[in-house]
Amino acid sequence: MRLCVIAFKKIKRKVAKALRKQNKLNVMLVIKDLHAKINDKEILKGINLEVKPGEVHAIMGPNGSGKSTLASVLTGREIVEVTHGSVTFNGKDVLEMPAEVRSREGIFLSFQYPVEIPGVSMVNFMKAAVNEHRKYRNLEPLSASDFLKLLRERKELVEIDSALTNRSVNEGFSGGEKKKNEIFQMAMLEPKLSILDETDSGLDIDALRVVANGVNKLKTANNATIVITHYQRLLDYIVPDFVHILYNGRIVKSSGKELALELEEKGYDWIKNGN
Amino acid sequence: MSKTATQNIKDEMVNLYLDNLDLISEGSSALMNHHREEAIQNFRILGLPNQKNEKYKYSKIESIFSYEYEKYFAPKNITFKVEDIFRCDIPELDTHLALVLNGFYLPNPNRLQTLENGVVVGSIIDATAKYPHLFEKHYNIQAENNTDGLVALNTAFAQDGVFIYVPKGVVCTKPIQIINLLMSDENLLVQYRNLIVLEESSQANVLVCDHSLSPKRFISNVVTEIAVGTNAQLEFVKMQNEHNESNQLTHTYVKQERDSKMVSNVLSLHGGFIRNNLNMQLAGEGADAHAYGLYLTDRTQHTDNYTFIDHAVPNCTSNELYKGILDDQATGAFNGRILVRRDAQKTQAYQSNNNLLLTADAKMNTKPQLEIYADDVKCSHGATIGQIDYDALFYMRARGIGEREAKLLLMFGFAHEVVKRVSIESLRERVDDLVNKRLRGELSRCHNCPMHCC
Ligand SMILES: Nc1ncnc2c1ncn2[C@@H]1O[C@H](COP(=O)(O)OP(=O)(O)OP(=O)(O)O)[C@@H](O)[C@H]1O
Ligand SMILES: [Mg+2]
Repeated sequence: MRLCVIAFKKIKRKVAKALRKQNKLNVMLVIKDLHAKINDKEILKGINLEVKPGEVHAIMGPNGSGKSTLASVLTGREIVEVTHGSVTFNGKDVLEMPAEVRSREGIFLSFQYPVEIPGVSMVNFMKAAVNEHRKYRNLEPLSASDFLKLLRERKELVEIDSALTNRSVNEGFSGGEKKKNEIFQMAMLEPKLSILDETDSGLDIDALRVVANGVNKLKTANNATIVITHYQRLLDYIVPDFVHILYNGRIVKSSGKELALELEEKGYDWIKNGN
Repeated sequence: MSKTATQNIKDEMVNLYLDNLDLISEGSSALMNHHREEAIQNFRILGLPNQKNEKYKYSKIESIFSYEYEKYFAPKNITFKVEDIFRCDIPELDTHLALVLNGFYLPNPNRLQTLENGVVVGSIIDATAKYPHLFEKHYNIQAENNTDGLVALNTAFAQDGVFIYVPKGVVCTKPIQIINLLMSDENLLVQYRNLIVLEESSQANVLVCDHSLSPKRFISNVVTEIAVGTNAQLEFVKMQNEHNESNQLTHTYVKQERDSKMVSNVLSLHGGFIRNNLNMQLAGEGADAHAYGLYLTDRTQHTDNYTFIDHAVPNCTSNELYKGILDDQATGAFNGRILVRRDAQKTQAYQSNNNLLLTADAKMNTKPQLEIYADDVKCSHGATIGQIDYDALFYMRARGIGEREAKLLLMFGFAHEVVKRVSIESLRERVDDLVNKRLRGELSRCHNCPMHCC
């Protein structure tokens, strides 16, 4: 009997170890002690974060705390200089990769402020993007008809107005249209990790639901999402597994989805006051 | 260049004229010869424009004249089949073709053809004989022989060129395409003269393509006078696609009558030294002028556009957009003069000039010049000289588009703002394609050009 227990414990340990190993292998994004500065001003002061496939992480935090800067580091914006720490994505060193390679590897950012590009049509833009992604995976470029089919399909997913894809990238789009367009691009590229930087801001209630539904429909067990937001409202639709509070360049608190509700109730003073 | 050198060029030209006057006259027509004497006198006074001339401040005209050039006063017998040297590969573009070789009209098969509904396309020499009244009314009327030495030089020397006539009420559905070819075993200076007349309520599309086919130095000094009658519409697209040792000096004059519409689109895809003068005179109320331009330059190329929009009467509109991309050590200039005369109330005049500099060595001078003497007008102008937008570039890279490709897409988009004004779809697509090739550096083999890309 005793022997049995020991054996059982052994097995349990073994399983746990195997699971840990499995999980470790499974971790998609690992950020370790990340420090970064912009124009000599340190903005990120030691970020640690792990994201596994299938997970949804929410990052909240007051204005200027460094949320978008973190997104910039992950996507390779050159103005942000990493001074310390590491970021790996599926075991690869992200910080070594130029922005376009990160995208092809499956990192996607829905910009807080999408950029207008006069003269470049949405169609040409997306065709170039999709085909560069395919090339990276040694696939032939999509035929014109297959591309249009994909475009149509994904447009429906986010209920984006057909007219928008015939226009120049974001040019003259309303605030909400720009955000929808980000999710449309996400749907076209099917990233492994999506970072949504305040995708909810500027959306009316219906658009918020459409966008959130779009994100949920794209959700699988193999991809992950980081949602940067100020409001619980979005998290009612895109339910996070973890909520982190970024304050002054550090993650000062991590917890389950109830943390967002607590924040909503108490505001940030509660964090700032060193709780 | 020293004073004596410019004096030398002037003397050389005047002597050339005097020595060859018989030949020049023989190879032209009486109506054109009639204007030569006064023109050469003007040139004797004016000489080549130099950089002290405010209008030519950024273009050193003498520099291109400092080489030796042959001048022919009769078409050289070059035996070839048109199809062998030129194949227009705009698939759906079916045009009436007019070919000009080294400044002389190439019969194709006739020297003067009457097309659908009485439209006439042909050699200006033959046209003078047949339509003397049109020449009295329109030839050498707008050309600034008194103020621009290059124009006077052209009037003195020009023997041939293209004549286009669209009769009253006729809509010429097929575009008329003029192809200017330069082909010579020696450096060559060519000067020819075009006249385009659209009568009342007529419509036409004219496409001009300039090509250099042999690796020699060329100067083309070309004057084109255009008369757009009451309620008539003309779209005039010019594609300059010549090699790095080819130099173009163009002087285009447009006079628009009441309720007419003129679209000028000058696409400078390639060329060593380009100076385009465009004068548009809004002479009748309700006239609408559009001046578009695109210049793509690299290495040591130079492109200079001078435009003058003259709002002479009330209730006219003008819309001007010139855009340029300058790479390497390329230089460029844009000088957009808009004159709103005292009576020209309710004028609307808009101008913008936008430039992308790809290197720190590329240089662009841009100068809006608005002279407004009426009080009830809407005018605006804007000029920008900038680099590739980093935020846009990053946005594209963040979607997986490589930096080079992203830059190309941005440049292409920048240029397309001008290209999209070309109204004929098949031509627009072709121009887009050429611009794309050009930006990718695939047109740089233009020198020694085996492909005839328009
Ligand atoms: N390009 C820049 N140049 C200088 N400072 C910058 C730049 N970008 C960001 N910063 C600074 O970095 C800090 C963090 O900015 P960041 O955009 O990451 O904040 P955020 O948490 O996303 O805020 P918000 O909730 O307002 O979007 C701020 O103090 C900001 O002013
Ligand atoms: Mg932000």
